[in-house]
Amino acid sequence: MHDKQWPLWEVFIRSKQGLDHKHAGSLHAADAAMAIENARDVYTRRMEGVSIWVVESKYIHASDPDEASSLYDPANDKVYRHPTFYDLPDELKHM
Amino acid sequence: MGYPAHIDYSLQLADNALILGHRNSEWTGHGPILEQDIALSNIALDLIGQARYLYQHAARLIGGKVTEDGSGGREVTEDGLAYGRDAWDFRNCLLVEQSNGDWGKTILRQFLFSAWQYYFYGQLRNSRDQELAAIAEKSVKEVTYHLRWSGEWVIRLGDGTEESHERMRRAVDELWKYTGEMFAPAAYEKELIRLGIAVDAGEIRPLWGEKVGEVFNEAGLEIPMTWMQGGGKDGKHTEQLGYLLAEMQFLQRAYPNCEW
Repeated sequence: MHDKQWPLWEVFIRSKQGLDHKHAGSLHAADAAMAIENARDVYTRRMEGVSIWVVESKYIHASDPDEASSLYDPANDKVYRHPTFYDLPDELKHM
Repeated sequence: MGYPAHIDYSLQLADNALILGHRNSEWTGHGPILEQDIALSNIALDLIGQARYLYQHAARLIGGKVTEDGSGGREVTEDGLAYGRDAWDFRNCLLVEQSNGDWGKTILRQFLFSAWQYYFYGQLRNSRDQELAAIAEKSVKEVTYHLRWSGEWVIRLGDGTEESHERMRRAVDELWKYTGEMFAPAAYEKELIRLGIAVDAGEIRPLWGEKVGEVFNEAGLEIPMTWMQGGGKDGKHTEQLGYLLAEMQFLQRAYPNCEW
């Protein structure tokens, strides 16, 4: 058993007020059903959630931190991508 | 002063929850994997929480104060009932006091008892004792999860590897003889069944049997033919309970009424 670790799962919890699921952490489980039960026991003990998603960690593909400068820096000087150049009519109150 | 049968009955339900809760808590820090350690500790906390409500109820029926008020050790309190009674005063079923053994035995003990508790609390919601009915209403939600969790583990291990199957089979052999008692009413229960306070556990036996049969079937486990042992409800326990109480009650026995 010691050399056969259960796979790792990432857990996403939606809280009562929240609209979207947020990453809560990770845990080990033999399959998806057990991962959801474990998530319930590990991450919702203090009434944090009303909905749980789990996904096996190996299915998450991440961007490479070494490429950060080429991926994100080019957006730095492109303020025109923010919708801040419009004159809003006075009647609009909640923008 | 409460009615004696009513007190015995409340204590029986409290003792069941406390003793199984304590047994499960023995796994805290020793679980086979972190996540399951937390899962079983959660169940232990649920059960000890149920025990507290039931002991508070029993203490009220006995006529003592529920909370310690510092006036000395003579008051009947939930703590006094949990930590101050001897093995022969305990009314719990023999099943819940059985030692943890391996993970399989712990799981099976939980499953057999949770299945009983699930249908039992379901019925207790209709008790004419409003307090017991309210405790049942709250507890049945917790037990629904205990039953699901332990049932899935019984299937996982029973239908798992050769070794896990063999261990589950041994656990069934060890524990099955303690299941009959849960459905055989003690004298004080019979009295309360007539008054509409206690659940006639005989009536939930078919439901329990169906649920257990379903899970055993999926797990590839067989129900053994065996004699049934009883006595726990009347204070006649297996040797296991003494060891458990010696550890659980040590602090209150050595330093009565101590707090931290």
